[in-house]
Amino acid sequence: MTSTDLEPDARDLLATAAGPTDLDLTRLHARLERAAEDAGVLDVAYRTLDSPVGALLLAATERGLVRVAFAAEDHEAVLASIAARISPRILRAPGRLDAVARQLGEYFEGRRHTFDLPLDLSLSTGFRRAVLAQLREIEYGHTASYAAIAMAAGSPRAVRAVGSACATNPLPVVVPCHRVVRSDGTIGQYLGGTDAKRALLRLESAA
Amino acid sequence: MSTSSSGSGYAPAALRTRTSRSARPGRLHNVTVHEPFELVVARHGGTVLRVCRAVLGPVDADDAWSATFLSALVAYPQLAPGANVEAWLVTIAHRKAIDHARATSRRAVPVDVLPEPSASPGADERDLDLWTALAALPTKQRKVVAYHHLGGLPYAEVADLLGGTAVAARRAGADGIAALRRTYGVTASPSTPRREP
Repeated sequence: MTSTDLEPDARDLLATAAGPTDLDLTRLHARLERAAEDAGVLDVAYRTLDSPVGALLLAATERGLVRVAFAAEDHEAVLASIAARISPRILRAPGRLDAVARQLGEYFEGRRHTFDLPLDLSLSTGFRRAVLAQLREIEYGHTASYAAIAMAAGSPRAVRAVGSACATNPLPVVVPCHRVVRSDGTIGQYLGGTDAKRALLRLESAA
Repeated sequence: MSTSSSGSGYAPAALRTRTSRSARPGRLHNVTVHEPFELVVARHGGTVLRVCRAVLGPVDADDAWSATFLSALVAYPQLAPGANVEAWLVTIAHRKAIDHARATSRRAVPVDVLPEPSASPGADERDLDLWTALAALPTKQRKVVAYHHLGGLPYAEVADLLGGTAVAARRAGADGIAALRRTYGVTASPSTPRREP
């Protein structure tokens, strides 16, 4: 419904009621974030975070961090996908992501080597989820090959499947798929781009 | 703030979900899914606030806006795909305005001093003139102007909310606009430069 079908005179008259300002709506949005959180109906809260590897989208359910996305993944598309797969009850509500943003900030400054955050792995299932569990075992500053992860996940021949598990990791950086490299020593693909992967490995080797 | 009341319960039949019969399994790629609620707030938050201000005045409008969007957030996943989201929100806002007015009258205490109108950030004098002019209208005229002219709800649906016929709603709206033009529009001729939305 648009107001184009309204009487032009009335539209001119009411258009002078320049309505709510951005300030009004920002204040009301913050109030809605709190009310939704208190009422337990904020299924997904998100915010963005500027980082050395570009703007990161951070999204969390009530269970924990559910998605980290690079700008290359298209944040709007990622949110639309979360709406379809988890719930459309989604608000930009930075409060729930305070700890995530703080720990990521410390990580990018080289002051944090492990994340201490509740994670919601519901966007990953089956073998891919088993791979994520193995990725979390690779320590800061170390790397492992796709083949070694396949072996550790109990399917030594599933090297390609490990690659696709890394490529669809819903929690990059926090679940360190960037620490998985090819057996020949080359860096391999990365869902945030190979530059981002190289930057993360350089950061960790400098610390 | 009550969250048990579902916003979808306020929607006219035409806005309600037609159940999931049309969503056959195996057609996943064609299923319409709801966009993130954040986009609903971004797209319609301003309109709903103007409607709430027209019905309740600038001060009480905040409470009605907040109750409207919280209620809408709760009911959102059940909203029919393709439904007119703005009309749905305006309908919820109407119910929340009634709830708010009822609660206010229950605890009403006479006061000597009215709240400062300027307590509403962003409302300049011209706006206050309009809200004052709106407040002076008979209730039905004011609500028709709020829901139809500000909220974009068709007269038929305005009539569903307020009772009476669409024709009567149209007449009340026309009378309301005419009255506004007399009291407020004097300084608001179409040639007056106005702020862009």
